[in-house]
Amino acid sequence: MSVVFVLIIIGILVASVFLIAFIWAVRNGQFEDSYTPSVRILFDDPISTEENDDTSEQDNKHEKKSIKS
Amino acid sequence: MKKEEQACIHCGENCGPVPIIWNQKPFCCQGCQTVYQLLNENQMTQYYSIADAPGIKLENDQIPSEDKYAFLELDEIRTRLLDFSDGGISKVRFFIPTIHCASCIWLLENLHTLHKGVIQSSVNFPKKEVSITFREEELNLRKLVELLASIHYVPEISQQTLEKAPKSKSSKTLLIKIGIAGFSFLNAMLYHFPQYLPGSEHLEANFRLVFGWLSFLLSLPVLFYCASDYFLSAYKSLRKKIISIDLPIALGLITLFLQSTLELITDQGIGYFDSLTGLVFFLLIGKWYQSITYEALTFERNYKSYFPVAVTKLTEAGNTTIPLDQLKAGDRILVRNQELIPADATLEKGNASIDYSFVTGESVPVGKNVGDFVFAGGRQMGSAIELLVQKEVEQSYLTQLWNQDYENTNNSAPMSSVINKVSQYFTATIITIALGAALYWNFNDSSKALFAFTSVLIIACPCALALTIPFTFGSTMRQFGRRGFYLKNADVIEQLYKIKTIVFDKTGTITHAQSSRIDFKGEQLTEEQLKLIRSLVFHSTHPLSKTISTTLEASGRYEVANFKELPSLGITGEVNNSKLNIGSKYFVTGDQSDSKELKTQVWVSINQHILGYFQFENSYRKGLQETIAQLSSNYELHLISGDNESERKNLLPLFKQEAHLNFNQSPTDKLNYINKLQQDGSPSLMIGDGLNDAGALNESKVGVVIADNIYNFTPACDAILQADKFASLHRFIRFARSSMSIVRQSFLISFLYNVVGISFAVQGNLSPIIAAILMPLSSVTVVAFATFSVNLKARKKLL
Repeated sequence: MSVVFVLIIIGILVASVFLIAFIWAVRNGQFEDSYTPSVRILFDDPISTEENDDTSEQDNKHEKKSIKS
Repeated sequence: MKKEEQACIHCGENCGPVPIIWNQKPFCCQGCQTVYQLLNENQMTQYYSIADAPGIKLENDQIPSEDKYAFLELDEIRTRLLDFSDGGISKVRFFIPTIHCASCIWLLENLHTLHKGVIQSSVNFPKKEVSITFREEELNLRKLVELLASIHYVPEISQQTLEKAPKSKSSKTLLIKIGIAGFSFLNAMLYHFPQYLPGSEHLEANFRLVFGWLSFLLSLPVLFYCASDYFLSAYKSLRKKIISIDLPIALGLITLFLQSTLELITDQGIGYFDSLTGLVFFLLIGKWYQSITYEALTFERNYKSYFPVAVTKLTEAGNTTIPLDQLKAGDRILVRNQELIPADATLEKGNASIDYSFVTGESVPVGKNVGDFVFAGGRQMGSAIELLVQKEVEQSYLTQLWNQDYENTNNSAPMSSVINKVSQYFTATIITIALGAALYWNFNDSSKALFAFTSVLIIACPCALALTIPFTFGSTMRQFGRRGFYLKNADVIEQLYKIKTIVFDKTGTITHAQSSRIDFKGEQLTEEQLKLIRSLVFHSTHPLSKTISTTLEASGRYEVANFKELPSLGITGEVNNSKLNIGSKYFVTGDQSDSKELKTQVWVSINQHILGYFQFENSYRKGLQETIAQLSSNYELHLISGDNESERKNLLPLFKQEAHLNFNQSPTDKLNYINKLQQDGSPSLMIGDGLNDAGALNESKVGVVIADNIYNFTPACDAILQADKFASLHRFIRFARSSMSIVRQSFLISFLYNVVGISFAVQGNLSPIIAAILMPLSSVTVVAFATFSVNLKARKKLL
């Protein structure tokens, strides 16, 4: 039966880890805003500026072509 | 030729007959088109695909003038505004009331694509805040704010923003307390469980010892940290000679702990640690449920959140921008178009036309001449004016009125009084029963006397009683919030229940602040004349012109030549070869006689021929009649208005009693009126909207502010009512009564549980298992009953 004591100790240690994680999360401000992250995660990848430059150049070319034609 | 009217791609508003077309897309105005163009150039049109027409439209008069944000370059203001600044990298938080959808979040978090100086930005949607980290070399604070304004997200920067309230830590602490209490409760329950099973007496003594002491250890942080508030508040109210609900709770908790420890030491059992921790856990959950707040709404605003941060001071050397708190009497200041008059002053130069709509609710600007005295709080419409400051900001008429009541109202006891009244009798009864049981057993079986005494205190610990109010009122607040009525805190519900008198403000409260009905008095206007008039007023930004322009039904517009706007007189111009004059009686007719006309009039002449005048009538809010009729059966109704008596005959049928209609009331009159009503023993509810009601709102038991946009400035109050929900007012007030009856029924339930528990306790039979079942069960029943019946009733009564 003494194995029960070991299990109890393990049990309370595991639970403590979660408690500490919870306290850390609260202190870290993760519970301050419960709405925005749920929206943020659905956004597409951030726009990288280099790509922008490329596409805008391409756009310009297209425009020039269309003007010529 | 009738074009189909299109919706603006940016803001979704109707573009009218002549939309601005850019890139084959329709826009309602230049402003919207500019933002679209800017986003388009930066490949950020995704903004328009997340939510439908997410943009914000700025009216012409909302677009910030060029040097509106010049004050942000002042070092003093800059450092106060920044959260953090080091090595050229700064962090700042802005409150942007117009944040409203997912697109807003997306755009504001991608600010770095608009400007390279922005390192990172993140939005807190419930608070409507954005915090931005940026490089100051590339983008100074002023430029950053201008960048936000250029995409129509105008941050709110006021005196109060500068005095940043320290971030509230209490909600974090409460969550941590709940976490710890929950942790201890669940573990303690696990250790106690074996004791409740049949055959537990065969358990090894070692187990009992370990389980017992482990629970003891777990209960220590719960008692000394999580429950500390209860001991503190019980002690505090006891010192004020008030028996609050916290006293029996604290008593019960202490007895629970001592009794359990005693049993543990004497090896009789392992006590009630599970009940102890569970109790605290439930109580804290109740506290958390009640503490919902509307983070983006502020109920505590003072004049500082309304006044500007800086003013332009005129000196011999030229114009300088100074922070508002350095403004002294005798300074000369420049107030530009759309700027606020920060202090009582006299007009030195320029044509003042001052909009006091925030102060009085009246949207028609007031004209002032050089030498006239101008009160603080108005907004200048038109060209810039020069003022000589007469009183410092703190000494101004309005701010004084405000400060005065702040001191008065702070010392009223806010805590729910119904629960305190109940707990007085409750505590006395419990202690009597406990002593009675102890005495009885002392004569019959003295070994049981102490146990019976403690048992009563333990089982009677009013956990269920204490949970009633948080859950009933918390649910009620949520129901109200969902329907556009936002309460400052749960105590307001009880105050709502107690009121006997309802006092209305007129302008902006029972009438619409902006729109009014207009009648034309004079010659019958032809279609052509209407078109001429509409063409001219379209060019003016004056509120009256705007009203005329939106109400007149005439298709199309002519070009206008020689348009001129003469402040506080009128407008003139040539339309389709006719010369039009529109404006005050004096301006149009030349009639100097100061007629005692009570209603606002706008006169019109075409080619010197006087046609007549538009008369502005108040337009009352929808559902006013029904709301008043409903309320008048239960409450005494009053009206106090700063306006003249022109509406008396219209309002009399509604309010019935002549004496209850009061006109020409100054802000101080309003305050005194409420004060007198309440001293005569009838707690009042005041409904108002402007700064002139601020005193009365503060003085009344319940101050309700009605607002078209709830995130805009509102005076300090107890509740904010969305303007379009005005017709439901009587339902909200009636529902407060329903809430109170639910509270009473819940009290009854928890008393019944107590009777059962105490009947065990007085017999000296209270075993830990009974406590462990009865205490959580009573709490759960009460909580379930309260939440369920509030939601059910809300569905029936609050539609």
